[in-house]
Parts: sequence; structure tokens; C-alpha cells
Amino acid sequence: MGKTHSSLLISVSTRLNDQACENVQERAEWHYTDFVLSPEDGGSDGKALACGPAQCFIVSCETQPEGWRHPSFTGPAGGTAAATGKNEYDLLVIGGGSGGLACAKEAAQFGRKVAVLDYVEPSPQGTKWGLGGTCVNVGCIPKKLMHQAALLGSALKDAQHYGWNIAQPVHHTWSVMAQAVQNYVKSLNWGHRVQLQDKKVKYFNLKGSFSDSHTIRGLTKAGKETIVTAENIVIATGGRPKYPTHVAGALEYGITSDDLFWLKESPGKTLVVGASYVSLECAGFLTGIGLDTTVMMRSIPLRGFDQQMASLVTEHMESYGTKFLKRCFPTTVEKLENNRLQVTWKNTDLGTEETDSFDTVMWAVGRAPDTETLNLETVGVKTNSETGKIIVDASEATSVPHIYAVGDITEGRPELTPTAIAAGKLLAQRLFGQSSELMDYDNVPTTVFTPLEYGCVGLSEEAAVQCYGSDNIEVYHAYYKPLEFTVAERDASQCYMKMVCLREREQRILGLHFIGPNAGEVIQGFALGIKCGATYPQLMKTIGIHPTCAEEITKLHITKRSGLDATVTGC
Amino acid sequence: DYDLIVIGGGSGGLACSKEAATLGKKVMVLDYVVPTPLGTSWGLGGTCVNVGCIPKKLMHQAALLGQALQDSRKYGWQYEEQVKHNWEVMVEAIQNYIGSLNWGYRVSLREKSVTYLNSYGEFIEPHKIKATNRKGQVTYHTAETFVLATGERPRYLGIPGDKEYCITSDDLFSLPYCPGKTLVVGASYVALECAGFLAGLGLDVTVMVRSILLRGFDQEMAEKVGAHMETHGVKFIRKFVPVQASASFRLKVTAKSTEGPEIFEEEYNTVLIAVGRDACTRSIGLETIGVKINEKNGKVPVNDEEQTNVPYVYAIGDILDGKLELTPVAIQAGKLLARRLYGGSSTKCDYINVPTTVFTPLEYGSCGLAEERAIEEYGKQNLEVYHSLFWPLEWTVPGRDNNTCYAKIICSKHDNNRVIGFHVLGPNAGEITQGFAAAIKCGLTKELLDETIGIHPTCGEVFTTMDITKSSGQDITQRGC
Repeated sequence: MGKTHSSLLISVSTRLNDQACENVQERAEWHYTDFVLSPEDGGSDGKALACGPAQCFIVSCETQPEGWRHPSFTGPAGGTAAATGKNEYDLLVIGGGSGGLACAKEAAQFGRKVAVLDYVEPSPQGTKWGLGGTCVNVGCIPKKLMHQAALLGSALKDAQHYGWNIAQPVHHTWSVMAQAVQNYVKSLNWGHRVQLQDKKVKYFNLKGSFSDSHTIRGLTKAGKETIVTAENIVIATGGRPKYPTHVAGALEYGITSDDLFWLKESPGKTLVVGASYVSLECAGFLTGIGLDTTVMMRSIPLRGFDQQMASLVTEHMESYGTKFLKRCFPTTVEKLENNRLQVTWKNTDLGTEETDSFDTVMWAVGRAPDTETLNLETVGVKTNSETGKIIVDASEATSVPHIYAVGDITEGRPELTPTAIAAGKLLAQRLFGQSSELMDYDNVPTTVFTPLEYGCVGLSEEAAVQCYGSDNIEVYHAYYKPLEFTVAERDASQCYMKMVCLREREQRILGLHFIGPNAGEVIQGFALGIKCGATYPQLMKTIGIHPTCAEEITKLHITKRSGLDATVTGC
Repeated sequence: DYDLIVIGGGSGGLACSKEAATLGKKVMVLDYVVPTPLGTSWGLGGTCVNVGCIPKKLMHQAALLGQALQDSRKYGWQYEEQVKHNWEVMVEAIQNYIGSLNWGYRVSLREKSVTYLNSYGEFIEPHKIKATNRKGQVTYHTAETFVLATGERPRYLGIPGDKEYCITSDDLFSLPYCPGKTLVVGASYVALECAGFLAGLGLDVTVMVRSILLRGFDQEMAEKVGAHMETHGVKFIRKFVPVQASASFRLKVTAKSTEGPEIFEEEYNTVLIAVGRDACTRSIGLETIGVKINEKNGKVPVNDEEQTNVPYVYAIGDILDGKLELTPVAIQAGKLLARRLYGGSSTKCDYINVPTTVFTPLEYGSCGLAEERAIEEYGKQNLEVYHSLFWPLEWTVPGRDNNTCYAKIICSKHDNNRVIGFHVLGPNAGEITQGFAAAIKCGLTKELLDETIGIHPTCGEVFTTMDITKSSGQDITQRGC
């Protein structure tokens, strides 16, 4: 049998013994021309993992790629093949998330010697995952896939109006969805490994902390130490969900978004605490797949977002079946004999104490940076004492020369994957590519994937009023009905859009807000227009694509100031 | 009698008449639907609402939902295996919605005090028309200004049996029975869209193509649209034209090769002809008042203010010679025309960089030039084409159509890498394209695309990270985020 792949990364569980590792190597040499064995802490107990350019597969006694035969992959915990000793790198990135990986790969493109350290500290509930950071493992990707599962639930209902006969009952099985989502995430983990390998970036599955400003001490899970030195160091360790430490039982019994996507069984009746986008998105898809879901929020939903839009989002969720406990905050979580969780909370409106039991309590009360273990004070990297985030200048430089930071860990930056990626890339280009281009953090578009999606770019109406004064802005708005909702007899009360413009002659667009299906797809292109300095008249000259939701943006003509009915009728 | 009479109550005509009435003018609209050879007829609103965009996109949605049903199982939804589609339920729901739109138009004309006449209009002398209603009653009306907005109707093949046995898109959307095994003749966007949703509803569908797919569109994109349809069960018969349709138990179609003596014969339940559309300009008395039409295609040439050679007669919409056949274009042109005529405006309709989307199973959105056209106009050496395949996140879990969706932009090298062509093939292509069209209107360049932050995870974000040029020949298959 001929050699099948030209390039292969084979990851070997650190729990394999040396003999097993050698066996893997021997087999790999037989089948592949070019490969690398790499130790991996990830959940691959007793198995070797192999990843080819086109597919990823787990090599075990049960699943073996064609032509691959191996006697035994089981064995007790053994040695690791991790390199030890001192290394010299041009760039060392701590944190293998979106920003860190982008920066590392870009630097490698310039022919630099680059290494990435990534280590996932298990969540208090013991959940951990592979390379790629929050977005891939416990953020955007699994979140949007579970959102899609929920949307498909609505599609099943719609389909009947469109002539599809579906026999009742319709059930959703969490484990089928979770398995599919997790498999996809794992394939991405391997994809990242392969990319690092392709670009000759050295990957260490180590937890890093500073020894001095050019030296990082990396520890394996087993406590084995590796020293890595580098000319430049980029910190990109991101953030993790916060626990409310003052709530008794919170840490012991609650989960966070770090756990939710990796649950093997349905969370059942769930209480989601918090009003962040993480909270609303998770509560939204849990409701959508048929779970009894409650959101408990202390004050306003989606802080920082346009509040009119935020209330439309929650209003829609309420009509969609999500329950809301507004102006309430939890005081205790206790485990009952039947294993359910009894939550007690204060209702600040009524001044009463209330209680109910749930199968799952999820905290979505914000995220905190992962800076504590980095030993930043040793080298003098300044952080914001309140947020713990690293203070950087416009070039992502920290207070220490040659040390930079990108992504969620940086103070005052949007916590978004694409900004971290762009910032990481640009940083590498400035460091090694003779570029001077800085990251532009203005007009970054984003989308909240609640059941009815909310996409926006630029200023909220409140922020525009604050910056320019309400007399100097004009808000165009419309309530519209997506064509697909008509036949499906879906309520479109919250399908709404508004454009915040300057009022002066030119009417430059300051912000655009859109609630409806596919909001992310709708907003992306308009974000470019706004980047180009688009004005209201320019947008009006753009011809619509019929019939879409996005075309309604090109037809906005009712101002809020006029007080006229903003409901769109007909085509 | 009137300041303005608009002949044709479609998207353009209605927009123009309502705008003129808003500006205080006395306006009349004539609308009359000549029934199809099969007797299909419909209400106020023209092609888009009754036999075009609206029912087509709703049937497309029905087909997408069929795909969603398949996907849903992979996402954990469980229900009985056997899922069937009921054509009658779908058509009834769609026709009910259309009925509400027809009514809505009537109401809005009344609200704006536009006189509506459900009669067939034709010129009998300058500034004067004869209007004939369904019962044959005739009235006469005069006006200062006229706008022609009669649109188009599907063309037939001119072969034996076509009008007797075949249907067109004018009939399909209200067909009271499921069309069954269907032959779609033609490769226009109408043909491919209809074939796409019929196949998506589970029908056995064949498309007979004389020459190329989606003439006028970027041919690379067009071929990808066709390839995707083929992998999803639509059969294509290339380089054949029907010569006869005859009925036995089912419909028998005979076709001949365009290249040789080969003959093709097959039986179908339904034959849908979608080989183009003809302007409704030859029987409205234009010759009486001297309005010139392009004899070849029946279309009306106008200047850049939509004025015909007869100064008091204007024309908008699908009947214009050399202009785009799109609802929003007609609406825009109609509105702006009314504003120029009665509102003291001088803004002309801009027919450049009009975005559009073909709602085939894999949607195709575009704005600006096709690659072929760009090469013709600018020269290949002056262009840089960036492209990328992509895999919508939602398709990963059901494991479908990896590396099928495709994004392409065409930039003019010597003009700051300005984007002169935008093409996207993927789900929600219409929603994606709209915003980019707005940006193109504002002078979008490749540099700006690169500077813009993507929204993750969406399909649209692919355009913010395009770094592979076509000329480099590099691999564009996608992995990871």
C-alpha cells in the first residue's frame, strides 16, 4: 500500500506510554511521507489522534484509517514527547485563541521562528477543550450551531405552513445535537493544529507564566516545566466566564458557557443568570430546542447596545417562550434530594424573596480576563486594577517593551473574534513586515444571535444623542415583515431597523441597527458602506434586492421625529 | 381629464402613480391582466407580486424548508421518517398572501386618491386612450402625460402544442395540482429558479438548455449554480430544443439536438416554458401616437429621463430597451420620474451597479460587472480577481456541500483596486449582497474590504478576508475559521 498523505500531524495522547508512541511512529512512517508526532493533553485518553489535510480521525482500536493497523493503543500514563530545554523564538504567543493563532501564523509567514503556548484550565465543573480558544470551543461556533438547531425547530413549524406534512410529535434530542457540534469543534481543533504545523509554528500545550520579560515558564498538566525564551511576546489568553462569588452554591452547582456546549445530556429546565449577549443567546437556543428556560436579570439587557433594540430582542424572546425574571438577583443555590437545584432570589421590585427549582443553573454574568497566573507583575506589565485587563496603546504594546497583548484580555477593546484576528495579524505585520498600519476599532459590526437576530454597526441611538445632541441627529426607522414570515404566519412585531444619521445636509450615517432573520449577513455589507462614510442619500440611491429583508434598509424614509407610523406595507 | 395616466399596475406603474398623487396630481392607473392560454389570471400588482418575485421566493422558501427538515435531524430533531410535501397547501397559502397584497394595493391607491381602472388601455389619438373592461365596456380618458409600464409576459416556443399543453411561470404559481414530473425549457433565471424549487419539493425535474445558463450573468457563477442543482437531483439536457409537445396519457415532448440529428423524446406531467419574456407593447396603440419601439424585441427606447420619442409619453420597468428587468429598479425609476415631473426634482434613476439575486437552491447574488464583462471593458491585465470557496457554518453539522459556496470580487487595479464586480454563491445571498451593493455605491475598494471587521460566524465575513487572487492559481478550499 502506498503512502496516502503528503503531510500529517499525529497527536499522541500524553497518557500513552513510550512503547505505544513508538508504535504510532512506526505505523505512521509506513503510511505517510511527512508527519509529526505531537503530545496532546486533550480528551483523547488511550488513543492516538491523527489529522490529515482533508480529514481528522481518531486512531483507536475502534476507528482506524484504512490500511492502518495497530496492535494496542491502550496503556498507562507514560512519558511525554514534549521538547524540553531552552528555545529561542522571534515571537512567542501565549494563548492559542483567535487572536493568538492569527498573530502567530502571520508572523511565521514572514519567515520568523514562532511558538504558541495554549493551555485550557478546566472549568470548575471540569470541562476542557482543544486548541482554538473561546470562539471555536465555547463561543461563537458552538453557540451559532445550537442557535441553528433552534432555528431549525422554528423551520419545522414553518414547514407545515409551506405544505410539508410532518407527523407529530417532534422531539429534540440534546445528545445528538451536542455530539454533532462537538465533533465539528474537534475537527476545528485539529484544523488549527494542522495550520500551525503547515506554517511551521511550534505549538506547546503548556500553561505559561512570565519569569522575566523574555522568558516564559511553561508547565504541563503533570507539572513538568519547559522554559521558552523569545524576543517578542504576545499575550492573548482571553477571558473566562465569571462566577458570582457572593452567591452561596454558585460555584459548586452552577455551570457557565464553558460547560454548556460540552454537556452530554440535556440541561433540562434551566435558569440563566445575567443579561449579557451570552445569556440571551444561550437562553434563546435552549428555549428554541424546547427547554423550559428562564433568564434572571438584575438591570438592563445587552448593556452597551442600543436599548430600544435590546428591549425588542427580549420582548421577542418572551413571545418565543423564554421566561424573564426582571430586576431579580439570586442569593443562594442549593441541591435538593432529587438532584434538582433550588434557587432563591430577591425581587427588587416587590422586595420579596422567591424560589424555584431547576435542573441547571448557568451563570452568564460577564467574563473576566485570564491574567492572574501570568505573573505579569514580575515583568511590570500594567493592568487595569478594576477589570484585570492589560493596558495597551494603539499598537497593542503593553507597558513593557517587546510585550504586546491582543484580544479579549486587552482593556477597552471589543471582545470579538474578528477584531482579535485582525489585531493579531496587523501586530505581526508591524513587528515583522515593516508595516505601520494600526488596527481601527471604530465601526466594528457585530451580531447577537438571539432567536430573532440583532445586528448593528456604529453608534447606538443613545451614544449618538450623547455625542451630537438629539437635535443634531435624524433617526430613520421601520417595522417590516420578512416575506418568509407571511406564509408561516409568524409574528413580526419585533422585526425592526433603524439608521442613526447626522441631521445636517450630508446626513452621514452614524449607526445602523437591524433585528430580524440573518441579521449578521445583512449588516456585514452595510458595515463597509459605513466605513466608506456612507450618507443617507447614498443609501437611498442603492437599489434594493427584491424580496429580501436587507432591501428595507435602502427604503428607510420615516423619521422618528415625524412620529409617523413606521410600519412597512406592501412591496 | 388627468395630469397623468399610467398604463400598467405593476411595481413601476404603481410606484409612479402613487408618488405623482402624493405630489398633488390627478392620476389614473389602468391595469388589465390578459389571461394565459390556460386561463390563468390575477389581481393588481403586476408580475412581481402575482407571478414573479413573491410567489417564487415563497416556493423557494418551501424548498429550503425541505432542506431544513433534512438538516434538522442532524441537529437533534426527531420525528417520523416519512415527510411529504403537499402542493395544494403551499399554493393556497401563497395565493392567500398574494390576495392580501392585491387588496393592499387597491387600498393604497384609494388612500392616495389614484383612480384605478381594471381595463385594458390603448392609445387611439394623442393624449387619449380607450379603456376596455372585462365585460367589453369602453370608456375614454385623456391626460397631459402618460407613463407606459405594461411589463412583459412569458414567451412561448412557437412549436406545435406549446400553448395547448405547456405552462409558463404565469401559470405555475397558482397551479391547482402538483406539477409532477416536470420539464423546464430554458436556462433563464426564471427557468433555474423554478426548476430548483420544484426539485426541492421532491419532484422529478429536468431542465432543457439550448446554449448557456443565465445569459448575461457571470458564467463561472452560472455554471456553479447549475452544478449545484445537478448534484441535488436536477437533470440537465444540454444543447437540445423542443420541436413538439403532444398529449397522450402524459405530455410527450420531442426535442432535437442543436448540434446534430439526434432526437430526444420523453414524457412528462408538466412542461414549463421559461425561454424569455416579451414586452407588452405591440397592442396598446403606440403606433397610433408614434411611440417608437425596437422592432426586434418590442421594447421601448427612452432617454436617461425615461422619456420616449413622443415627449408626453414616458416608459418604465421591464419594457425599457437595454435596461434591467427588476422590480426595485422599476419602483425607483417610477418614483424618481414622478418627482422629476411634479416635484421639481432632477434626480435620475441610476441603472449602474444594481444588485440582484437569483434564488436558485444555492442563491447567487451579484452587483456590478460579470468577470467576462469586466475583462472586455478593462482588459484582463488591469484587473485583479479575488476569490474564495466557503462552507457556511450551518452546513458543517449536516455535512453538506463542502466547498460549494463561492465568493468573488473583481477589482480595477489602476483605480485604487475599486470593486467593480461582486459575486456570491451561498445561502442568503440576497441579504449579503444588499449591503455590499450600498458600499459599492460609496466607492468600495479592496483596501476597505480588508480593513473592515467581519461578523463572526457569518457567510458575509468571507469578503473581509479574501487574500487569494485568481491569477495566483492558489488553492481556495477553506479550512477552519
